[in-house]
Amino acid sequence: MRIPILRLGDILLTSIQVDLIDEDILQFQHDVLTMIKNRDAQGVVIDITSMEVVDSFMARVINDTANMARLLGAEVVVCGIQPSVALTLVEMGRGLIGVTSTFNLEQGLREIERRLAARLLRPVTDGDSNAT
Amino acid sequence: MPPETSDALIIPIREQQDVLTARQKARTIASGLGLGIADQTRLATAISELTRNAILYAGGGECQLWDQSDDNTFRIRVEVRDQGPGIDDIALAMRDGYSTSGGLGAGLSGAKRLMDDFEIETSSAGTRVIVTLERSRQESFYI
Repeated sequence: MRIPILRLGDILLTSIQVDLIDEDILQFQHDVLTMIKNRDAQGVVIDITSMEVVDSFMARVINDTANMARLLGAEVVVCGIQPSVALTLVEMGRGLIGVTSTFNLEQGLREIERRLAARLLRPVTDGDSNAT
Repeated sequence: MPPETSDALIIPIREQQDVLTARQKARTIASGLGLGIADQTRLATAISELTRNAILYAGGGECQLWDQSDDNTFRIRVEVRDQGPGIDDIALAMRDGYSTSGGLGAGLSGAKRLMDDFEIETSSAGTRVIVTLERSRQESFYI
């Protein structure tokens, strides 16, 4: 089961629509990173509206994927986390720490666009210009 | 330990797809009892953690689900057992953030936090984890 990744200009758009086994999400991580590299994507929106269960492993992979994508230079937003999923992750003692999230896909796209616009305005320094 | 009723649902855990099957079946039981989406998700997530462990550390096992609800209480009991090498140091394995497999290290401790009762027995002959979700029938709100 491979998760499709769509390209919208500079942005990759992906939506996890089915219950995933561990191998699927690792494949997804690989695909996202490869596609960022191959297409010089500047941003990634990961929609997890349909994920009814995000356990510690899934959370870890989503977190890692976001951090890896950021290392490559892309902006990442996760959108559509279900209330019950948020509740469960926090109760377990974990959130998707360090990942920006938005209510829905539209806001996710807007957030990425906002960040990309801010990048153009930001003076280039040779320090940690990506630090937030 | 409550008596084992005959209507246990047994799901063999051999491959990753079985993790999905186990948690979907548990969710169906929970929603059938009228438990809310939050409790369905807690249960499904705890089962996901425990059955993944069985595959990861023991090459598989078995997941048993019981509806042990009575007049006052909704009660779903889950037992995940394997015949793996057992857990060397339970205290360490239960510790938040401890992982030998590259996960978040929240598997066992996370399942414990999500459920109302948590028991674990482990030896060199295998590991048995029993978790229970309990809700009073009198409680009127479930999210």
